[in-house]
Amino acid sequence: MSLEFSADATKKIAALCERYPTKQPVVMAALHLGQKEFGQLSDDVLRLVARTLDLPYAHVYGVATFYTMYRREPSGVQTIRMCTNISCMLRGGYDVLAAFEQKLGVSVKTGGTTTNKQFTLIEEECIAACANAPCAVVGTKYYLDITPDQVGRIIAELEAQPHPESEVV
Amino acid sequence: MPADLGTKLVSMRFGNEDAKTLAGYEKAGGYATLRKGLAMRPEDITAEVKTSNLRGRGGAGFATGVKWGFVPKDAKTVHLVVNADESEPGTCKDRELMYWDPHLLIEGMILSAHALKAVHNYIYIRGEMMREYLVLQHAVEEAYARGYLGKNVVGTGIECHITVHRGAGAYICGEETALLNSLEGLRGQPRLKPPFPAVKGLFGDPTIVNNVETIMNVPFIIDKGGAWYAGLGTGRSGGTHLLCVSGHVEKPGVFEVPMTMTFRQLIDEVCGGVWKGRKVKAVIPGGVSMPPLDDSELDVPIEFDALQNDERIKPVMVRPGQQFDLGGGRPLRTMAGSGGVVVLDDQCDIPKAVWRIMKFFAHESCGQCTPCREGTGWLEKVSRRVADGNGKPDDIELLSSIAHGIAGNTICALGDAAAWPMLGFITKFRGDFEAKLKKARAA
Repeated sequence: MSLEFSADATKKIAALCERYPTKQPVVMAALHLGQKEFGQLSDDVLRLVARTLDLPYAHVYGVATFYTMYRREPSGVQTIRMCTNISCMLRGGYDVLAAFEQKLGVSVKTGGTTTNKQFTLIEEECIAACANAPCAVVGTKYYLDITPDQVGRIIAELEAQPHPESEVV
Repeated sequence: MPADLGTKLVSMRFGNEDAKTLAGYEKAGGYATLRKGLAMRPEDITAEVKTSNLRGRGGAGFATGVKWGFVPKDAKTVHLVVNADESEPGTCKDRELMYWDPHLLIEGMILSAHALKAVHNYIYIRGEMMREYLVLQHAVEEAYARGYLGKNVVGTGIECHITVHRGAGAYICGEETALLNSLEGLRGQPRLKPPFPAVKGLFGDPTIVNNVETIMNVPFIIDKGGAWYAGLGTGRSGGTHLLCVSGHVEKPGVFEVPMTMTFRQLIDEVCGGVWKGRKVKAVIPGGVSMPPLDDSELDVPIEFDALQNDERIKPVMVRPGQQFDLGGGRPLRTMAGSGGVVVLDDQCDIPKAVWRIMKFFAHESCGQCTPCREGTGWLEKVSRRVADGNGKPDDIELLSSIAHGIAGNTICALGDAAAWPMLGFITKFRGDFEAKLKKARAA
């Protein structure tokens, strides 16, 4: 099946191509856009990016599989990136992660996506909010100084006011 | 008694929502230095930055003006790339800086680009920093609309462009040559040096890669002079020091402090002491890549040269009786790194904390060099079994040997960044590892 970018994405890609001497550097932004428009980076989406930027499929595949934010598999509407790195671990980050797993009924080890596909929970490496550890980021929204008993409220808040990462692209 | 924190530069607008907008930034005196700087000759700006003793705030602490001087004089096309890929665990300053003061970064970039005669410039921002990306993107658009960026910057005839380039999750892209590859649309794997980016960098052109905080200091240097800036600091380290304090302190935070402040002053006087009335066990001085300090080493100032050379800091050992050799017999003490100070209290499970650090490096190794790809994985596995109480009798020697096998044998510094803290923690907290192994034997 041959996919197409939306008019908006096509315009964004064309504008970005003006900012670099070749089209190749736009591959990262095009992959972000592809993920936004098609939910995941399937082989067809990679072919679309390759065709759009005149790049070999293998090149696009190589880039898409190097960076952790690109997803080859489907995931939840919102991604909860919970840090457990050193500063967060020292102040109970793993307890907060466990509370998220329990409330969402998921395990980060088995993908972390809820059955209703609303959330994907990820054990994230340092998100640069160490002075407010433990912390999590969901799209543009940071949750700081989290305690395990706040996790239920955070999930309810995100259900009422979602922060999907695709908003940023 | 709270310490006198002295002059505030890059953090002066923290908490001021208004300053994020162009109008608010201008009202607070922003972009006033731009015209002064653009009227100066490029080489005079570089000279001021050299005089200022400004040192790179991303990790290596290299003298910024000297780095700029490496661009070949006859270069036709030059780029300035700002490294906003902040992801060194324990470091949370660049994200704050970009969020609160995006126009200070842009003003610093325009001035620096003028010094370098760089036209097409980029900010490489970490993919996970979505809120900050929007703030920066908006600020760049405002700056274009106002004529601070574009083909004719404030009517001076100087051309300057900034493009904000989003990453997609990879710690390694904070390494400058990996960053350049990523910016070119490749997998973020480091390049062999030489050639250094200042000679052959982005798109094959001479390129200067500087950290966010480094560039944000430039407007102050141009405004008040390199000598003034150098005078704020000490020795060969000019200016103030922005530190991110996290872990077991009462009051964690991002603090701009004098270069002469010691770790003990920082913890006790700025951060309200160790939490829960406990004592310090270990301090990571500048992000997890840096070897730790123990409680007896905290009266050293948090300054680039002191952390490398002060003899009160014990050298890192490969094994008892053998110092780690940085080259020519030079001992490895530690480094100021990225300003990420992590405090571990006296009840902290050190082997478990070390395992978490090793897990990070194993996850982030780009896979290009065998010693790092395989070695970080083994460091994670072996440190995990030690931390879990399932260690084998020779595991301390095994961890040291793996770490020593990685250090210095890889294209980039990520390998060293995993090896140094491993060796450093074993050097200074060997008893904690031995206790775990003793427990494993008893079980």
